[in-house]
Amino acid sequence: MLAGREGGRRVVTAADGAARALGLRAGMTVARAQALVPELAIRPAAPAADRAGLERLALRLSQRIAPVAAVDETGDGAGGEADGIVIDVTGAAHLHGGEEALLAGLVGWLAGSGITARAALADTRGAAHALARFRADPAIIVPPGEIVAHLAPLPPAALRLPPGTIADLQALGLGRIGDLVGQPRAPLARRFGPALCLRLDQALGLAAEPVAPVRSAEPVAARRLLAEPVAAPGTIARHVDGLAAALCEGLEARGLGARRLELLCHRTDGQVQTVRAGLARPSREAAHLARLLRARIERIDPGFGIDSMVLTASLAEPLEARQAVHALVEAQAPDLAGLVDTLANRVGPDRVYRLAAVASDVPERSVRRIAPLAGDNDAVEREGRTPGGAGADPHRPARPDAGDPLAPVPGRAPLPGAAARRGGAAVPAPATWPGHWPRPARLLPRPEPIETMALLPDHPPVWFIWRGRRHTVARADGPERIFGEWWKRDAELAAVRDYFRIEDGTGARFWVFRAGDGEDAATGPQCWFLHGFFG
Amino acid sequence: MPRPASPAVLAALRARIARLEGDARAAGVLPFGIPALDRHLPGGGLARGALHEVAGGGGDTAGAAAALFAAGIAARISGPVLWCVTRADLFAPGLAQAGLAAARVIHVEAGDNRAVLACMEEGLHHGGPGAVVGEVARLPMVASRRLHLAAREGGTLCIALRRWHRQAEAHDFGRPTAAMTRWRVTALPSAPLPVPGVGRARWRVELVRARAGECLDLELEACDGTGHLALPAAVADGAAAAAGGQRRAAG
Repeated sequence: MLAGREGGRRVVTAADGAARALGLRAGMTVARAQALVPELAIRPAAPAADRAGLERLALRLSQRIAPVAAVDETGDGAGGEADGIVIDVTGAAHLHGGEEALLAGLVGWLAGSGITARAALADTRGAAHALARFRADPAIIVPPGEIVAHLAPLPPAALRLPPGTIADLQALGLGRIGDLVGQPRAPLARRFGPALCLRLDQALGLAAEPVAPVRSAEPVAARRLLAEPVAAPGTIARHVDGLAAALCEGLEARGLGARRLELLCHRTDGQVQTVRAGLARPSREAAHLARLLRARIERIDPGFGIDSMVLTASLAEPLEARQAVHALVEAQAPDLAGLVDTLANRVGPDRVYRLAAVASDVPERSVRRIAPLAGDNDAVEREGRTPGGAGADPHRPARPDAGDPLAPVPGRAPLPGAAARRGGAAVPAPATWPGHWPRPARLLPRPEPIETMALLPDHPPVWFIWRGRRHTVARADGPERIFGEWWKRDAELAAVRDYFRIEDGTGARFWVFRAGDGEDAATGPQCWFLHGFFG
Repeated sequence: MPRPASPAVLAALRARIARLEGDARAAGVLPFGIPALDRHLPGGGLARGALHEVAGGGGDTAGAAAALFAAGIAARISGPVLWCVTRADLFAPGLAQAGLAAARVIHVEAGDNRAVLACMEEGLHHGGPGAVVGEVARLPMVASRRLHLAAREGGTLCIALRRWHRQAEAHDFGRPTAAMTRWRVTALPSAPLPVPGVGRARWRVELVRARAGECLDLELEACDGTGHLALPAAVADGAAAAAGGQRRAAG
């Protein structure tokens, strides 16, 4: 439930489904709501953030549905509260397969993004606004010319009127829009002011109401028209250098750094060749940007020649100047951003990564990939230093179960908060994995079944056959029991793995486990698997 | 009668030859801390700005011992480590136990052997990483020379971890490359314990080839938590030194 301040009172501004089921409504005071439901979860309302979020969504929709989209407001004028999005779909519906398909697709897409939406499509903005809020469940389409019939049963609150006017109308017994439509206008305007007539006319389509669409900030771009068509890679590279320099000037003027670059080469035959490059960190270093693009020039097919080139920073982020570390104080850590960019553009951005610990005892879940430059420089480059800042890094995904209080096996990773509090050199990064149990150097992508002979319940195998080769076990350590993570999925409630570290006669060391505790069939099928290799 | 060359002239000539040969000792060496091993290496350790080859031996299909050997070397160098693979099966907790913290390693998953070599070279040219490790099946002479030159230019230690998935590819390890040293690391039965269990891992570390050095064959204890190898306790008090001496006399 969200609470905000209205005059001197704290009122409920929004309530979710669970709260509505308990009888709470937007508009009641917080004190009353708390009296009804003592253990109410109340969060402060953030209208500015709501509006910003709606603006972002409107921007997405303007690219997806129809180009004219804007944030819609309830109430009137400047004091309105952003609570919806209005899209002018005139002439765009057929692109989505008709109006029904458009609305269904829109609501479905929003639901897929985790947004519960109600949508209405009508001749006028006012009518669509009213119907979306008072009739749609989840979508309604008004055929042309039937606005009056659809609006008539709705309360006047649907007309975006000031609260005072709505209360006056209620007092006079004008409880439906239908009552207002038939009334003579002059007395209405005299009694309630011009706003009521204007809103009524707007809803009925008698007064124009344009939609002022949201506009995205124009991306920084550099353009070069060539006097003569060029085709030689060397010449293209020279122009790329010039474009990169011009782009970086533009970026610097706006305090931005490019994260994604797009180079469009318009050929003389009208075709467009595109080259893209991504960056791990925002940058406006012309030489670096040019190097990334130059590496891909060979992919451009110049045809009969390129006569204009446009370099766009399609994704840019704020980039502030940073003070360099003084060489006397501390050796400066090498800046790997350039290398990471080059490699990521060569092999793919998701295939350059670092690994980080996850608080999980299941080996294959104890490691996750993070961005190669996640966290601050020091965490990357300094050996034995806590990445204390990394725990608070918003770019990292949250640990899935870091707050879990249950620790069935000793050696669980400390919580990120705890690591940050201890700080300093006390907790090196690998401390998040159990250090007292040996871990293999290589892990099979998935455990491979092996044939074994072993004494039950807790003896290591005497021999095993893996990939057709028989190994006799000379020495073994174990078992190390690892329990299923029942807090993640029910199927693991009783699951157990007993890991053994075994060595065969030649000295090869393997990590094998038995799925199950050797006694109880509920803990697993008691099969043996090979999972990793020790050096 | 020819005049005996003055020491200054000899030193200048040696320096010139070293420059021509691409002497990697300019960037310094990384000693193993084991005298029996270090004195067989030119300069008393593993040359930093150079290419080294490491392969697993015997039936070690996964090359886990070779990977840990490389991780131990990388762990003792400061700075980030670039580790290029074709198949991502490294287990970060295991490497961390050899002293190579996960936060220091940037993994690159390249598509094939050629891409791995290209990524390694990219990392060496950049000069930022302290060490570059690449798991390659084939290492042609030209590629190895490129890597070696790039390593020398940036002063970065480069390890080509030879790893093959078919036995037929293993013959490539015998071909000449431009690497400064070539190692073969084979897992041996672990150190005996007074109780049942697996003791500290032991490796047979063979220095198969060393430019301007001698070959060597040693039994060593595997990397500890800081990436250091050790002599087995039973031979640490003199026996190993004698063994090394014999071999030197023989080779």
